[in-house]
Amino acid sequence: MGIELQNINKTFGEYKAIDNLSLSIPSGDLIALLGPSGCGKTTLLRIIAGLELADSGKIILENKDTTNLPPREKNVGFVFQHYALFRRLTVFENVAFGLKVLPFRERPPKKEIRDRVEHLLKLVQMDWALNRFPSQLSGGQRQRVALARALAVNPRVLLLDEPFSALDAKVRQELRRWLRKLHDEIHVTSIFVTHDQEEALELADKIVVINKGRIEQQGTPQEVYDHPANAFVYNFLGNVNVFHGRIHNGKVSLGAHHLDAPDDLKNVEEKTSQTFVRPHEIGISRIRSNDNDLEGTIREVRLQGGQIGLNIECEGLDSPIEAEVPRELFVNLQLAKGVQVFVTINRVRVFTGDYEI
Amino acid sequence: MALFQRKRRNILPGFGLSMGYTVFYLSAIVIVPLSMIFFNTIPMGWEPFVHAVTAPRVLASYTLSFYTAFFAALFDAFAGLLTAWVLVRYRFPGKQFLDALVDLPFALPTAVAGICFATLYSPVGWLGQLLAPLNLQIINTPTGIIIALIFIGFPFVVRTIQPVLEEMEQEIEEAAHCLGATRWQTFTKILLPHLFPALLTGVTLAFARGIGEYGSVIFIAGNLPMKTEIAPLMIMSKLDQFDYAGASAVALVLLCISFSMLLLLNAVQEWQQKEYRS
Repeated sequence: MGIELQNINKTFGEYKAIDNLSLSIPSGDLIALLGPSGCGKTTLLRIIAGLELADSGKIILENKDTTNLPPREKNVGFVFQHYALFRRLTVFENVAFGLKVLPFRERPPKKEIRDRVEHLLKLVQMDWALNRFPSQLSGGQRQRVALARALAVNPRVLLLDEPFSALDAKVRQELRRWLRKLHDEIHVTSIFVTHDQEEALELADKIVVINKGRIEQQGTPQEVYDHPANAFVYNFLGNVNVFHGRIHNGKVSLGAHHLDAPDDLKNVEEKTSQTFVRPHEIGISRIRSNDNDLEGTIREVRLQGGQIGLNIECEGLDSPIEAEVPRELFVNLQLAKGVQVFVTINRVRVFTGDYEI
Repeated sequence: MALFQRKRRNILPGFGLSMGYTVFYLSAIVIVPLSMIFFNTIPMGWEPFVHAVTAPRVLASYTLSFYTAFFAALFDAFAGLLTAWVLVRYRFPGKQFLDALVDLPFALPTAVAGICFATLYSPVGWLGQLLAPLNLQIINTPTGIIIALIFIGFPFVVRTIQPVLEEMEQEIEEAAHCLGATRWQTFTKILLPHLFPALLTGVTLAFARGIGEYGSVIFIAGNLPMKTEIAPLMIMSKLDQFDYAGASAVALVLLCISFSMLLLLNAVQEWQQKEYRS
């Protein structure tokens, strides 16, 4: 196992940040810790790095118990949200820092340090900036230097704390893909923390969804997205329409409408329920195709790149529905604000019981 | 034409007014009064001037003033850094009180401080009593002067380092720890270089203040000719003897040395900053 966490607990005063959390991560994986802000994901990362002490529990990194080691003996690479580069040192010196502070006997010779730093900077495509100072670099460049610096000490595991959230959208996307490629080359067990579900879905081998200091679900992006374990995960992994109602004799109420309940809930007689529908799982047409179709009026049209977002007020529903249609369909159906449409709900997920985000 | 160019480049308004005010202010408050020293000295003529400022007693007082101010500032560098560190990094009861205490040397009439020190370190004073059996004399020695100057210069160092330390993200230290640096390595390789410009400013201020300090020193120094007479005291005693020209001659030399040292330290700082900013 690359990283093994056993029964980690952490409280700040009254507040329980990590609640008896256990997690195993195979060597060489790239894992996303995904959750809303304040869910404990950064705390967990800092506990693994030794920057925060857990109240109880065990941390095993690459089969070595590091629970009680101080951060500098853990041999963990940590990348901070705001880079935390050493301002008064050049890019070269920043990356070489971890090697230069080694005890004299373990310290590689100067030539070797230079070679290693140059190699790493080439890897992160920053070899041209050897003698620059951090203030002369852009945010994306700084984060790449920070990554090279973390990798310089051959860390057991690499931890990234919201590494891209301080960058603008375009750079963020670029760096994301680049990090995935880099990880495929170097294969160091890595965890990155994010609150951006898109980032987690795109980048990670496995996603661990965290809420209130507990793991809600873990699995591949596909598994987590397609088979969310509970309402929280479903809601957190993308835009969604939520309808509060009841299940009654195999029928789910959707405002004044009733839909067939999914198979696993067919036998429920009476229970409160939440029905979730993703915006892209909603079909739009100008003519009624099905008895279950809802009738509605488009209230708002939003351009979202290749997709068009629609806000539709439907008869019999308390709140408007958010739908997404391909641009082509939007043009073909001559949709616009105020147009009457029929809404087909293609796929629903129903969770029973109460839940809050 | 030139006016238009300046206007286009300066987005912040009010350059003319504020610059004009600055120049006027510096002239009225600093340059004009200080130039009186210069103009008072001129009528004296070259020979008497040289004679006045190279008298052995005067030379000894320059040396004393500069080296006591230097060592006091050096000590303040350590003590001030430590105090600023404690005030910024830790939370403890009475922190506000301690923080306010730091400024006290600013507020206290310096003569009061001088009398306090003299009483404390006199052979019958609380501390002097303890030191007397060890044959350690503080009062009437350069050590006493240094102690007084340490007191005077201390807040300068603390107050210049504090904001820089406060602004510094903890993450930078955490990053160093994660990379395997010991606390000492983190301090010497990361923290100290980061704080150095502020530290230098603080020490410069403490040093400059120390050279000019009069009130707190004369009580503890004993003012023994050739031994514990500081330069400001030389000026005062010349004034007492109505030797105005001689006093301003000594003052002029003191002023020139101090100013060139401040200039030098500012240049060092500028160079330090430029290196990693540009």
